[in-house]
Amino acid sequence: MGSKHVNHIEPYSPQFGTMIPMGGQKFLRTCVLWQIVRFIAINIRMTILILKSHH
Amino acid sequence: MARLVVMGGGVSGHTAATFARDMLGSDHEVVVVTPNSQWNWIPSNIWVGVGGMTKEEVVFPLAPVYEKAGIDYRQAKAVSIHPEGKEDAETPYITIEYTDEAKSGETEELTYDYLINATGPKLNFGATPGLGEGTNLGEHTVSVCTADHAEHASDELEACIEKMKNGERQAFLIGTGHGMCTCQGAAFEYIFNIEHTLNEAGVRDMADITFITNESFLGDFGMGGIHFKMGGYATSSKVFAESLYAERGMDWILGAHVNKVEAGKVTYESLDGEMDEQEFDFAMLIPPFAGVGLKAFSKDGSDMTDTLFAPNGFMKVDANYNAGAYENWKASDWPRTLQNPTYKNVFAVGIAFAPPHIISKPMSSPNGTPINPTPPRTGMPSAMMGKAVALSVVDMMKGKATEPTHTASMSEMGAACVASAGKGLFTGTAAAMTVYPIIQDFEKYPGTGRDLNGTTGELGLAAHWVKHILHHVFIWKAKLKPGWTLIPE
Ligand SMILES: Cc1cc2nc3c(=O)[nH]c(=O)nc-3n(C[C@H](O)[C@H](O)[C@H](O)COP(=O)(O)OP(=O)(O)OC[C@H]3O[C@@H](n4cnc5c(N)ncnc54)[C@H](O)[C@@H]3O)c2cc1C
Repeated sequence: MGSKHVNHIEPYSPQFGTMIPMGGQKFLRTCVLWQIVRFIAINIRMTILILKSHH
Repeated sequence: MARLVVMGGGVSGHTAATFARDMLGSDHEVVVVTPNSQWNWIPSNIWVGVGGMTKEEVVFPLAPVYEKAGIDYRQAKAVSIHPEGKEDAETPYITIEYTDEAKSGETEELTYDYLINATGPKLNFGATPGLGEGTNLGEHTVSVCTADHAEHASDELEACIEKMKNGERQAFLIGTGHGMCTCQGAAFEYIFNIEHTLNEAGVRDMADITFITNESFLGDFGMGGIHFKMGGYATSSKVFAESLYAERGMDWILGAHVNKVEAGKVTYESLDGEMDEQEFDFAMLIPPFAGVGLKAFSKDGSDMTDTLFAPNGFMKVDANYNAGAYENWKASDWPRTLQNPTYKNVFAVGIAFAPPHIISKPMSSPNGTPINPTPPRTGMPSAMMGKAVALSVVDMMKGKATEPTHTASMSEMGAACVASAGKGLFTGTAAAMTVYPIIQDFEKYPGTGRDLNGTTGELGLAAHWVKHILHHVFIWKAKLKPGWTLIPE
């Protein structure tokens, strides 16, 4: 995948030192089908966390 | 018949009072003393602050809920605690001052057998010159800490959007208004929601957006940072947060103690000791938090506030307040039962308890100014503390136990944080984070201090759906609607 989805980042600026999401990653973030899967996954994760936290 | 008095009807106090009422039966009394007439789901204030929700959607009146539940509700603020009673009466009591219109200013003594302090934070705007006076927000900046503040912030944002539509560039400054703030998460959510709103309004290219924070790195969150299990790496929250800011084209200023706010400008001291300025057209700066200023008096009327409270006004509980230097801090320093060590019938939950120390590494500028985040106590742990203490107190009131039977230590519980990055059924996103445990435990989890199987983070639409659903679920629960006891904290 090329870098067409990444806006210009000023070299040596603080922003230059981190990872930048590209097209595929950004697409998945709002892709409804994939997000339904993630919705289920997040709920499972949170349920496990709640169960672990109650004493 | 024994009486439980809960001071504070916010997230932790409401949880404590409603669970205690539910389990105590009619043999005992539950009284809530709180100055607010309405309950506020504070996390959704962020959306009110960008015009995505109305104030009415995030608040509801407390009186009918408490009436239905059989809770004696006093719309009043607690002023002082008298844990030994007075010379001619042994029974401990608190003094309260009514805030409702009918009785405003009237005071009363209210006896208790058990007392839970859930008074949350004092929004200490007055700590930074120009940010406000005492607990009142000043005129130069906005806030999202209360629903009213958020409504005002939304109006100001709307005015900026109008200016941008008319071709006037605007500078936005969002973050912390003092070197000793907590609640970076709220500032984080607000800046992303502003960016999202400006995008939707078609004026993003007319805005310069800057985050200013007392964190020494983005993603410290007052928790010493977090390592998430992500893509085969234990990825630092620094990378996660920086990536989000970089992607949205926002700048950041780190390690900043804002020491003056004027019209359109803040002055701040950095961790390297330099003084600098930042101009703005719109600024939302979180104030530092302190205890609400309750006093305590002994039997003979002498002031014993420092027996019950730490100097920052938060109440002492079963924490290790003598942990010493950062290198010696342990997860076990954090309180478990939240019981006051001197008066065993007094407890503190949520933001009201005094933490043993901060979580992030203490830092100061060469001038000696402390600049570090103070410990967050977010909604989930606050409510869990409220419930655990309620269960302990119920057992003690029913004579089943003489010591607390339940614990809620931040070093033994996790937190689920869903930080909104923009609202919209199909365009919204949020960061869903789970952190376990909240306090790093390097003995149990060498390496990152947390269980990587329980510490995760991801950004997406699904997390926004979760956040939106939680808004309705928690308001449902707080209104004590059918099945409320089954909804976890
Ligand atoms: C803008 C914002 C967004 C947030 N977003 C999130 C989020 O997304 N997720 C999350 O988990 N947490 C979030 N939080 C944090 C969360 O709101 C707090 O953790 C939580 O409210 C703490 O609960 P508490 O009961 O200690 O305090 P509060 O909920 O503040 O309740 C304190 C109560 O005590 C009352 N009181 C004050 N003085 C007195 C007195 N003298 N006598 C009696 N009563 C008194 C107050 O009126 C209030 O009702 C956010 C906070 C803010 C400010």
